[in-house]
Amino acid sequence: MNFSEVFKQSNQLCKVSPDGKYLATCVQYRLVVRDVNTLQILQLYTCLDQVAHMEWSSDSLFILCAMYKRGLVQVWSLEQPEWHCKIDEGSIGLLSSRWSPDGRHILNTTEFHLRITVWSLCNKSVSYIKYPKACQKGLDFSADGRYMALAERRDCKDYISIFVCDDWHLLRHFETETQDLAGVEWSPNGCVLAVWDSCLEYKMLLYSLDGRLLSTYSAYEWSLGIKSVAWSPSSQFLAIGSYDEKVRILNHITWKKLIEFEHPATITSSKAVVFKEVEKRPVVGTENVSIHQITLGSSLFNTQSKYEIASLPVQVTVVKPDLDRANPKIGISAVAFSADNRYLATKNDNMPQSLWVWDMQRLGLQAVLEQTAPVRCFVWDPRKPRLALCTGNAKVYLWSLAGCVSVKVPAEGNFQVQSLFWHGNGDSLVLLGKDQICLCYMATDEEK
Amino acid sequence: MPESSYEDINIYAYSTMPPSRQYSQSAMPLLPVSPYSGPSDFCTEENISECMLYISQELSSLGLPSIFYDLNGIRQLDVMSTLNRMYDLLQLHRRAMGVVEELEVEQLKVSSDLHCQQLTSSKLKDQLELSKKENVRLRERERQLETSMKMLQTCLKNEKEEVQKLQNIIASRATQYNHEMKRKEKEFSKLKESLNRLLTDKKDKKQGMEVLNYLGRSDGRRSQWKTGKTDGRHEREMYKTLLNEFDKHQKELMLENAELKKVLQQMKQEMVGILSPKRHSQKEEKSTDFTDQQIPSDDEETSEMSCEHAREKLTNSIRQQWRKLKNHVENLDNKASMVQLGKEVSEEMISKQLHQEEMERLKMEIQQCRDFIRTQQQLLQQQLNTPCDEETAAVLNDCYMLEEKERLKEEWRTFDEQRKNFEMERRSFTEAAIRLGHERKMFEEDRATWLKHQFLNITFTDQMKMKTQNSLSEYSVQEQKHSSGPKTPL
Repeated sequence: MNFSEVFKQSNQLCKVSPDGKYLATCVQYRLVVRDVNTLQILQLYTCLDQVAHMEWSSDSLFILCAMYKRGLVQVWSLEQPEWHCKIDEGSIGLLSSRWSPDGRHILNTTEFHLRITVWSLCNKSVSYIKYPKACQKGLDFSADGRYMALAERRDCKDYISIFVCDDWHLLRHFETETQDLAGVEWSPNGCVLAVWDSCLEYKMLLYSLDGRLLSTYSAYEWSLGIKSVAWSPSSQFLAIGSYDEKVRILNHITWKKLIEFEHPATITSSKAVVFKEVEKRPVVGTENVSIHQITLGSSLFNTQSKYEIASLPVQVTVVKPDLDRANPKIGISAVAFSADNRYLATKNDNMPQSLWVWDMQRLGLQAVLEQTAPVRCFVWDPRKPRLALCTGNAKVYLWSLAGCVSVKVPAEGNFQVQSLFWHGNGDSLVLLGKDQICLCYMATDEEK
Repeated sequence: MPESSYEDINIYAYSTMPPSRQYSQSAMPLLPVSPYSGPSDFCTEENISECMLYISQELSSLGLPSIFYDLNGIRQLDVMSTLNRMYDLLQLHRRAMGVVEELEVEQLKVSSDLHCQQLTSSKLKDQLELSKKENVRLRERERQLETSMKMLQTCLKNEKEEVQKLQNIIASRATQYNHEMKRKEKEFSKLKESLNRLLTDKKDKKQGMEVLNYLGRSDGRRSQWKTGKTDGRHEREMYKTLLNEFDKHQKELMLENAELKKVLQQMKQEMVGILSPKRHSQKEEKSTDFTDQQIPSDDEETSEMSCEHAREKLTNSIRQQWRKLKNHVENLDNKASMVQLGKEVSEEMISKQLHQEEMERLKMEIQQCRDFIRTQQQLLQQQLNTPCDEETAAVLNDCYMLEEKERLKEEWRTFDEQRKNFEMERRSFTEAAIRLGHERKMFEEDRATWLKHQFLNITFTDQMKMKTQNSLSEYSVQEQKHSSGPKTPL
């Protein structure tokens, strides 16, 4: 594994272009575009204010920079640096901004979710969408970019509008049977829309593309409900993580529960491998301090760590959440399928240092990773069944079927990995610190 | 002097008998005397003195003075004393009778007391039994009440726990609601602020976009006007996407279904195979069941159509087979357990573990297959319910079999040809063999005649050659002997 040098970024704004050739980062009010392999600066743009959100267009030709405080959106062209575009939302304010899938329209959500303005870069047309819902995930584009599902709320009732992204034609508009719709998500094949209710009620509704209600699923009543949702890449499974520390998998044929994955505090499943991260602190103050140790920098952050396989039964560290607060830190907050559909990674909020990996073929627990600090971020490799995670220290951890490895990021200074994401081809990882980024290139041969 | 308790016995005479001879049985001859008897009296004229002696001895043994007195050394019967003695005896007798009466009365009393006691004791026993039963019953009732109390206590605990849980749920919901309320209030106040700002702020910043030049569409085409046609086009495209997805789905499921049906058929055949040889040897009662099995299996092979009837038949027959196999395995299990106890030995035993493993494997397979079949039945029902062209469906169903039929026909044809070829060859071989036999016979005859001629035509000059020919003829004679040729003398 090779690590690149460390570059500056602000606001965790760093994105790789969809074609995988460029890396764009924002440093305060500047937009820096680099080549992914050489990391040379190709373009440099200056925005009018500190950039709050940055996004590549789908054809990798344009970059959108949104400045929410000023209510401005600026669009830059990679091919023609002198081309400029500025969208001013005026006194209406700007809450969020995003590209449409065709890369020629920009959807701005105004303050208080008053409306969504669709600005076209091709012609002078402007469209408005009224009453968008202010919820966790009220808008979703289908994977092929043809349809957009939007949650709306009118007269204390929830509706869903399906638009054709081609010309923003309203295809379907129907009421949903939810109390308080929290999110919508298209299945990867673009034919089924998953709609779920807020955490006060466990309700998952499945609608077909043409607006028919296919099925309703509700695991239990009264207790806090759905916390996270993920589709499998083949659209065969829908994983629902809830506040009762369980993940339920629905199958796409009958939309009934296939299996329930529990996250117990004591792991006894014999087929699972439990990896425990063990830190080895170097002994400070010995007489024969080698030069090697000195050059590695400050010894406080130089703890080596490795994984040990713990023998079952294993006790997982549990942090009891404060149940008097809203949105308690309990339950499955993150669910993600691997790209080949075979594995599912979950994180239980009251076991924050553990990451659970499930085998979808066997429908059982495959591995549990127990870290020394709460897991901050985990992402699957877009090609192989390989998982990368970080816990806020200077290491990046990788899990695959072959085993688990912990790699220290050899960056100067105090680089603590806050989040990370894979490059589209799975060959490199982008690590984001508080205000720095670092690229990690995977070795082409198999690691141990 | 004999001890006597009688007070009014006048002891003034002595007796000649030694004292203390009460109740002596052996000393005195037992005279055949019965009281109040007539003809054989105790005292007769002959034995008066003996009787007197006897009576005096008896009297003395009773402690009464003698009835004799001495007059000049001869014992004389004293009438007075005899009468006195008789009177004493009567008194004694009366007293004894009185005592006897008393004793009888007492005995009656005692026996009636005893009887009473027995009655009371039996009554008490009955009462004891009853009270014991009552005790048992009461204990039983107490036990039942205790268990019901425990059950009620656990119910109460459960109810309390549930109440606690519901209270927790209510509390968490309340915090969630409060949180949402606060959030909405904050947003509301922000909204009010911005509204105020807008109302007071005269300079309304307009929204707008400034762009250097407009771009072309990403797919390069020109944008179209929004007309009814485009709406229709959108609808069509949407339905096309959905239908494609359904088609793909259905194809996958049909493949899966076919696979599973194959597996089930195989399983059924294997189960029939496992069950049939054992059935023939062991139980003849179930021979009818065996023949029943054969018939549906033939039917199934021909009707692999995906119609519900065939499907049900398949699943039913698999269920039947499975039940029989299970019974068979259970029987074997029992026998195996008995073998372990050493009671019965049979040669057809398979190890119990292997059997169990096989059974479990089969059970799991069957469960999985059942589930699959159920889900697919549902799906296929849906498919069948959607209106489809019946003719095309029939044609489609047929075409699955067409290829197989064609292949089978080809194979039959080649097989027939081969058989014909073999027949022909066999026939030709037999003909050739017969011909060969004929030729051989003729050849032998020819040779025999040739030799005969030769031998008959021998001249002198040939005699020289005969020596050489002798060896030849000997050789040929030997040959002839071997081949049982004509009997020409040498």
